[in-house]
Amino acid sequence: MDYPDNLKYSKSHEWVRQDGDTVAVGITDYAQDQLGDVVFVELPSVGTTVSAGDSIAVVESVKTASDIYAPVAGEVVEVNVTLGDKPELLNSSPFKEGWMFKIRPSQSGGLETLMNAAAYRQFAESQ
Amino acid sequence: MFSSRTLVPVPRNMLSDMRTTPLHPQHLELGAKMAPFAGFEMPIQYTSITAEHLAVRNAVGMFDVSHMGEFWIRGPGALDFLQYTTLNDVSKLKAGRAQYSMLPNHSGGLVDDIYVYCTSETEYLMVVNAANIEKDWAHLNGLRGEFEVQRPASAELQLENASNFFALLAVQGPKAAETLQALSDSDLLSHKKNDTFMAKVAGKWVRLARTGYTGEDGYEVFVAPDEVESVWKALLEAGVTPCGLGARDTLRLEAGFPLYGHELTDATNPLCTPLSWVVKGYKTFYAKEAMMGRPCLQKLVGLVLETGIPREGYTVLKNAVKVGQLTSGTHSPVLKKGIGLAYVNAELAELGTGLEVEIRGKLVGATIVQTPFVQ
Repeated sequence: MDYPDNLKYSKSHEWVRQDGDTVAVGITDYAQDQLGDVVFVELPSVGTTVSAGDSIAVVESVKTASDIYAPVAGEVVEVNVTLGDKPELLNSSPFKEGWMFKIRPSQSGGLETLMNAAAYRQFAESQ
Repeated sequence: MFSSRTLVPVPRNMLSDMRTTPLHPQHLELGAKMAPFAGFEMPIQYTSITAEHLAVRNAVGMFDVSHMGEFWIRGPGALDFLQYTTLNDVSKLKAGRAQYSMLPNHSGGLVDDIYVYCTSETEYLMVVNAANIEKDWAHLNGLRGEFEVQRPASAELQLENASNFFALLAVQGPKAAETLQALSDSDLLSHKKNDTFMAKVAGKWVRLARTGYTGEDGYEVFVAPDEVESVWKALLEAGVTPCGLGARDTLRLEAGFPLYGHELTDATNPLCTPLSWVVKGYKTFYAKEAMMGRPCLQKLVGLVLETGIPREGYTVLKNAVKVGQLTSGTHSPVLKKGIGLAYVNAELAELGTGLEVEIRGKLVGATIVQTPFVQ
């Protein structure tokens, strides 16, 4: 199971990567392993304003549908449209090609409340 | 995430009260994700539901279904008792043949759906759903008293709950026959669908039945619990893909087969489903009048969605008015589309009818199609 050091993590198993003034968000390796084969992804609309903790996307595996929450507050500025045709990228490349959306965090976005890799690893492995 | 209801792996310490099958250690050794199902800790997947599904569609896979229940019905009165307690015509079963059937309840609904195997003129094996073993056993024993009063002449009957004396494997897929044949000196290939017979497989005597729940050719293998491990390992070595209950569910759904507790319940009138052929109205059976007298306000149909994945409990609509609900739904690995089974108002239950399914507050187009979804 991968837990890249350069990312921040939420308790609902999203990862967050800072890229300048935006953050990219996806689901973790642990999350994709638990879900199994991802077959459908529903993404938020670009321009949506979100609060941290809002349910803004859905990942469906063969067995089940799971909500994906905004890890930070801000505005959705880009979504990974490739996932429409290739939802399986969430399984094969959860931290790179399987990114889901990018948010421009607001002033009090809440990035500082997220876990680092070591803390998330401990959290995930105790689940 | 993980707010879902079904078949999601749970931490091992939550499974301590679960029953296990004789193959449990093999499942753990293969790294299967385990989950509770009908009181058993069962493998949901070994590698990937999609990969296991496609192994069965394209080659051969095997399932441990030892959790299912087996009852022996023996004696001169066995045929009459089964004619009374089941919906299909057991008198058509010769020794060595099997049939799909159902147990009706007092109100014209269903106690369970079952398979009946005729092993001799006075001996039948009934295979029942794991979740219903106790319920079915109590039901049959209850009817036995009634049967003995009504037909004392044919009442000589023994019932035995043999669920703990069988392990059961389902070996399924277009290469199932040749794979099993390579492990046996008996002639397996001349036996047709719904045949059942004894044979030696991988050096062990087993009862084989050319039956299954995937829509593919295949065999079910009834084997002694202490011998199933060696048969399982021989099949693994022969290249058979181990498959979990996740793939079993997507395969049965593509094949349009119902699952008790979803499409079929205590309240289901089977005459309102595509399985109405099971109900042999020309014979007498338990509570026949109750079933025959009930109208079909809704009928069971197959739906294919334009986008998204239908799930059990979702609402079916016509012009934004509720007309039914999904009883099962999934992503079809073969069609690569969302498919489901739904009860819809009888007047709309025609092939080709356009409907809508509500997914998270949005309406998605759906069409009633012929089942099986995949031929």
